Amino acid sequence: MSTASDLANTLNSWLMKPWAKPLSWLVCSVPLLVLVAAAAADRLGANPVDHFIKETGEWSLRFLWLTLVITPLRDLAGLPGLLKHRRALGVTAFTYALVHALTYAWLDQGWVIDDIVADVLKRNFILVGFIALVVMLPLALTSFNAAIRAIGGRRWQALHKLVYAVALLGLLHFYLKKAAKNDLAEVGVYAAILAALLGWRVMRKGGVLAMLRVR
Amino acid sequence: MAFIRTSRHTLHPDSGLILPEHEVTPRAVYEDRRNLLKGLATGAAGLAATGLGHGLAFAQPSQQAGLVQRPGKLAALPATRSTVPGAYVMDKLTPYGDVTTYNNFYEFGTDKSDPAENAHTLKPRPWTLVIDGEVGKPQKLGLDDLLKVAPMEERIYRMRCVEGWSMVIPWVGCSLSALIKRAEPTGKAKYVEFVSLADPKQMPGVRSSVLDWPYVEGLRLDEAMHPLTLMAFGLYGEVLPNQNGAPLRLVVPWKYGFKSAKSIVRIRLLEKPNTPSWVKAGPQEYGYFSNVNPKVDHPRWSQATERRIGEGGFFAPKKPTLMFNGYEAQVGQLYAGMDLRKFF
Repeated sequence: MSTASDLANTLNSWLMKPWAKPLSWLVCSVPLLVLVAAAAADRLGANPVDHFIKETGEWSLRFLWLTLVITPLRDLAGLPGLLKHRRALGVTAFTYALVHALTYAWLDQGWVIDDIVADVLKRNFILVGFIALVVMLPLALTSFNAAIRAIGGRRWQALHKLVYAVALLGLLHFYLKKAAKNDLAEVGVYAAILAALLGWRVMRKGGVLAMLRVR
Repeated sequence: MAFIRTSRHTLHPDSGLILPEHEVTPRAVYEDRRNLLKGLATGAAGLAATGLGHGLAFAQPSQQAGLVQRPGKLAALPATRSTVPGAYVMDKLTPYGDVTTYNNFYEFGTDKSDPAENAHTLKPRPWTLVIDGEVGKPQKLGLDDLLKVAPMEERIYRMRCVEGWSMVIPWVGCSLSALIKRAEPTGKAKYVEFVSLADPKQMPGVRSSVLDWPYVEGLRLDEAMHPLTLMAFGLYGEVLPNQNGAPLRLVVPWKYGFKSAKSIVRIRLLEKPNTPSWVKAGPQEYGYFSNVNPKVDHPRWSQATERRIGEGGFFAPKKPTLMFNGYEAQVGQLYAGMDLRKFF
């Protein structure tokens, strides 16, 4: 027992170290750097643009899911220091989603705005992805200390409850894309993890509405 | 002279599948070369009269033979260049590496890279194809018999996937019509069903419920009998790699790629159309005909443009997709008067 809490204490002190936060940001950027380097070296396979769009989208989901892992893990493992790293994960999720969307607009649609608008409106999965990105935008834009002070902690917390909507929209976007080819195994894994992450919150707070309420 | 490749083996059309790696020269071309050599022996006038007269002499070696260069990975499948109209497009070939590593073949997994990784468990020999249903003479053919049904031809076709990418592939095979004629379809036969192998021992993907196995496809009989409809046994001058649908697959170049069923074990002539696997999985998204049509969108993808695999790199723009994938002159009349939005 004491060894377990010793371990938690050691981990926590590392998480609080001054170099820990920059390291988080650096680690978060690794997948993107690897993808860009692979693209530059023409090592993304037969259909590099498709691969790049797919990978940046999936990494966005992964970082979003990691953002949602922070609170349960903090409470279950006794690691308050984790909270210091949540911003890096959330902003990274947004960055990957933005790169994902811009790559689509540029390399798939060639910046033809009419085509993009038609595509977004016509295709449900792109529309859902676009809405997810739009909902993420205010969260990303308020992810620095001065913004929190400016709008107030309570309102900031209320605003950032939108992350649950973003996660559900992101999952729906992924599902609608994969459903075209009946390829749902991977989507199932993401859905199961999200169900666990949100389910834990609902159970702890005693209901969905309680989860959405700001104390 | 560099353009003459000498060879120690005499080729004969009946010499079988396995040949020395560099020997894929059809007899006609080979004889041209002999004439060319004779011409050389008799001087410049002879050269002009033979080699140049055929327009072959100063092309690159692969062009000279009229056939694409083999990668030397699998057994050779000798063929002659097809004379079927439209069967030899001039587009730049998609590299062999891309053709054989970027595949949709769900029997081996749903990722594009899965078939190349997993298809080694497929056993393309021995193989039996059954042709039955509305036929006068049901057939049960082994691979060696199948290869003798008609002379092997090389054909270069565009392949357009419903997902918005395309390739240009040199196939080896014969018109499907030769195979179907052999079974003597009855007057009732109006449609053709193609059934792919679904053996969980050889195909790990069929253990998943991603599609209702076995994979089935369908064509109208006139589509199946069109000379461009190919029963392919090889690509790039060699037998089909497993991940591309060994040992025999359909290739219907004016339809989206999924219509070209792989690893076929049964061809059934029918009075009524069957329900192809993707139509069964998503009737709103996939139609029976699935002709390449830039004006009829798939709900999830625009079909107006396509990404040509292996061309131009990361920043290359997409190409406009052509009606019937560019085969309108050859196949347009099959659909005269049909509403292609309704019959998509």
